[in-house]
Amino acid sequence: MINFLLKRVATGIVLIYVVLTLIFLMLHAVPGDPAMQLLAGDGAAQVTPAALEAARERLGLNAPLPVQYWNYLAGAVQLDLGTSFQDGAPVLDLVSERLPNTLELVLLAVLIALAVGIPLGSVAARRGGFVDSAISVGTSIGMSVPVYVVGALFVLLFALKLGWFPAGGYEEAGGNFVGHVSRVVLPAAALSFGIASIIARMTRSAILDNYRQDWVRTARSWGIGRRLVFRKHVLRNSLTPVATVTALQIGTLLGSTVLVERIFNWPGISALLVDSVIERDYPVVQGIVIILSAIFIFINILVDVLYGYLDPRARVS
Amino acid sequence: MSTTIVQKSPKKVTVSAALKRAFTPVRLAAAVMVLVFILVMILAPLIAPADPLEQNIAMRFAPLGTPGYLLGADELGRDVLSRVIFGIRTELLVALSATLVAMVIGTVLGLVAGYFGGIIETLSMRGVDVILAFPPIIIALLATTLYGPGPGTLIAVMGVLFIPAFARIVYGQTLSVGRAEFVEASEVFGARVFVRLFRVILPNVIAPVFVQFSLTMATAILLESGLSYLGLGIVPPAPSLGTMVAEGQRYMSTEPAALLVPGTIVSLTILGFSLLGDALRDWLDPRR
Repeated sequence: MINFLLKRVATGIVLIYVVLTLIFLMLHAVPGDPAMQLLAGDGAAQVTPAALEAARERLGLNAPLPVQYWNYLAGAVQLDLGTSFQDGAPVLDLVSERLPNTLELVLLAVLIALAVGIPLGSVAARRGGFVDSAISVGTSIGMSVPVYVVGALFVLLFALKLGWFPAGGYEEAGGNFVGHVSRVVLPAAALSFGIASIIARMTRSAILDNYRQDWVRTARSWGIGRRLVFRKHVLRNSLTPVATVTALQIGTLLGSTVLVERIFNWPGISALLVDSVIERDYPVVQGIVIILSAIFIFINILVDVLYGYLDPRARVS
Repeated sequence: MSTTIVQKSPKKVTVSAALKRAFTPVRLAAAVMVLVFILVMILAPLIAPADPLEQNIAMRFAPLGTPGYLLGADELGRDVLSRVIFGIRTELLVALSATLVAMVIGTVLGLVAGYFGGIIETLSMRGVDVILAFPPIIIALLATTLYGPGPGTLIAVMGVLFIPAFARIVYGQTLSVGRAEFVEASEVFGARVFVRLFRVILPNVIAPVFVQFSLTMATAILLESGLSYLGLGIVPPAPSLGTMVAEGQRYMSTEPAALLVPGTIVSLTILGFSLLGDALRDWLDPRR
């Protein structure tokens, strides 16, 4: 197990290094002068030579390429992600201020998705027939409606029409706890919509698989009630694949926050990313992409390790 | 002569039975829907009743069913039906191009890696792992910052991002088929490498690629429309469904149709391709 763990962590470090290198290459693959492209965009806006020179200086573009590469890697390792073009604030400060908000959203979305998805999948598997078909159609739709449409519909329905929740924004949890909760529920629910459908489908097929096993018939023949067999044996065995699928979806959720935070005005790292893309604030964009990619890789390692722990066969390959 | 007929007929029955099982009524409807969307993509300039960019402020927010404005008009009085038709065209053209790029590169990578093994295998399959290490929408945003928004950037980024799915499937299939007797036979007969890869192995590994193609189309539309929604994909005023949702959202409290019409259409395109993918998978792989 230790060997397996070390191997996965080593792979993760190599991956992060490769990701860093690719991001560096993407900046330098910009046709012409990257500083010019970032300042002017597609339009032929007037860029003063002084501004251009300042941007080149800040991006470190004046040093020879190997030196730039080295400085960039050294900076990333020390978590020195540069400073924002907009206000000169260190990117790391901006990120660490915003990241907890995004993680809160993602975590709550996962909890909602599990709380909705597992019962839905169980009902579909146990009832069968019309209920099963209805849930199957429902989850297909749940997986197909884009998260930004779900978010907009939630705002329309639950905030504007019914007035149950505020349409968006943020309140400190310490200052106004009720206000905080009422503002996080709607975006988290919108975020959980797709993954809840995936969890429901996985739960359903895992339960059906387990019901075909011999030990279910044996347990029933011992006179153990249907409900008890389901709760103590079938459901419990079905949760392993559900856990894996859920963990694998967290990366997707992290990506979807880009849309959800924008709709609900949630001050997370992804909203900052979109704003920075629009403002062409390259150091902030680059820093956030590095951090989110690292989190993404870390989650994938965690899933592998979790899986290796639950199923010893997975450790071999 | 009679023996061939006896041998053929039971096979025909199983094929149609498998088709029937895979294409449930709902999935059949999805397949028809995909067909319609593709026809709309091709015929958009012919079937659109009006210019999608033409403004007529007098018709601002004309309701659904207004003569000449079947799906109503938007905040600038542009015909929503025409905008939806051209939006579908853009959406599908971008998704189709990106998916084709990914399919061609991924299939070749998978074939070569699976057949030759060794250093080629290590390089290409590890390369694929690296692509999977990036969260797709995040990397698309990085590319947009650097290269500017627009269909070109979208196709290039998604074309790369979706390579892994194809490469892994073809790689796995090639590993199992590559050492089959008919492949060895082709080697013995002196078939060139190119012929062996593309004429002998490829036809035997291609079925799951079609399944993946349909599923990837759904993912591509989702990603592309999401970026357009943010204003960083297809740039307005060019009609795109994602942009229409974003514009409709601004007026949704008084004009819900402005949000609901494009939102429903974009969901239907995604639903259509993913259900078609499910049907193809069940049809081509009866074990599931």
